[in-house]
Amino acid sequence: MRDYYRPIGQLFARDLPEDHMSVTTTELEAGFDATVHRGDRIEPRDWMPDGYRRTLVRQIAQHAHSEIIGMQPEGGWITRAPSLRRKAILLAKVQDEAGHGLYLYSACETLGVSRGELTDNLIEGRQKYSSIFNYPTLSYADVGTIGWLVDGAAICNQVPLCRTSYGPYGRAMIRICKEESFHQRQGYELLMTMMRGTDEQRAMVQESVDRFWWPALMMFGPPDDESPNSAQSMAWGIKRNGNDELRQRFVDMSVPQAAALGVTLPDPELRWNPERGAHDFGEPDWTEFMAVVRGNGPCNAQRIAHRRRAHEAGAWVREAATAYAASLASADLGVPAPTSADASQRETGVRA
Amino acid sequence: MTNDVRAEWPLYEVFVRGKRGLNHVHVGSLHAADDDMALRHAHDVYTRRNEGVSIWVVQSHLIAASSPDEKDPMFGPSNDKVYRHPTFYEIPDNVPHM
Ligand SMILES: [Fe+2]
Ligand SMILES: [Fe+2]
Repeated sequence: MRDYYRPIGQLFARDLPEDHMSVTTTELEAGFDATVHRGDRIEPRDWMPDGYRRTLVRQIAQHAHSEIIGMQPEGGWITRAPSLRRKAILLAKVQDEAGHGLYLYSACETLGVSRGELTDNLIEGRQKYSSIFNYPTLSYADVGTIGWLVDGAAICNQVPLCRTSYGPYGRAMIRICKEESFHQRQGYELLMTMMRGTDEQRAMVQESVDRFWWPALMMFGPPDDESPNSAQSMAWGIKRNGNDELRQRFVDMSVPQAAALGVTLPDPELRWNPERGAHDFGEPDWTEFMAVVRGNGPCNAQRIAHRRRAHEAGAWVREAATAYAASLASADLGVPAPTSADASQRETGVRA
Repeated sequence: MTNDVRAEWPLYEVFVRGKRGLNHVHVGSLHAADDDMALRHAHDVYTRRNEGVSIWVVQSHLIAASSPDEKDPMFGPSNDKVYRHPTFYEIPDNVPHM
């Protein structure tokens, strides 16, 4: 557990009943359950069951990694955006995703894991990220489709997480959700612009939507009855809605948007069901989903290799900044810094 | 090795004043090698859309905090001092502006 605060609570310990030290795990668990049941938030220094902590670390880390890896599919189009306006928008969007990753990494660190560990877990394949980012972006229309469908699906998933039971996670989600709406709208507007263009541009949009529709539906995870951890996550208040319910919500939102755009969605079973007051739709290819999750998607290896390269290429910056901070700290104390860079400066009698 | 270096960057807590007249409010945390970098990172990470007019950063380990376990003894005593609340006092309805 993250223990960077200096507790001063002991000052008040004299007011505690004699036997306060003998609180049992059962009592702690009852207190935790009551907090979750009331809809109150659990905060980093509260007692929590190990399983709750483990589940959160896994979910928040996976979420953070998704934001970070999620910069890659679109990032490749920044230099090839067709106008300065589109380039500025795409840069801002990709920068937001970096920010989302950072909010989530810091939320995850409140559970007692370090940033270095999390980065290692990602680049060594011990933790996963959303399978959607293992699909390639083959045409510029994909930038629009990702904003519309991928960020759209992310919004459906993330809005209920603003009320998740773990405080730091919920607060990170609130910041993220505020920014996602721009992501979805810029994507949809990009596609609308292309749909007003040439036949070739319209065909590009349709082809892109055909490729991304099913992977977007898979973003909600496997059906509830095949998602073993779902029930426990709901009981703990980590998740608020089932995978199937959110997927349905996304389909119902997307159908009229597709119609307004003038594209078709590649699902012959998709139709309005007046009895249910919702759309019926086909089953995503879960065999493909499992293959991509296991690492056999079109871009898994490339995404991780790129992340590893970026991390390693940044090593000298991290080292230089650490050395510089050490030299500042020792200048404050009037003591030479114990770094080799500083040692050579000492010889010339110069210090920055 | 590279991760050791990253892990050594201290953790900072970030506080942003949303606009003039409001308090600085905790918005999250980040890692930075020194105070200047922490401010720079805080600007990039937490204020991309005019979220604030002023930022404070402080190394997390410098914050002294009460422990949640001590919640009752620390905050309990004010509960039995109901006379600290205005609703404790009965004022007749015909007394205006109070
Ligand atoms: Fe995001
Ligand atoms: Fe996004």
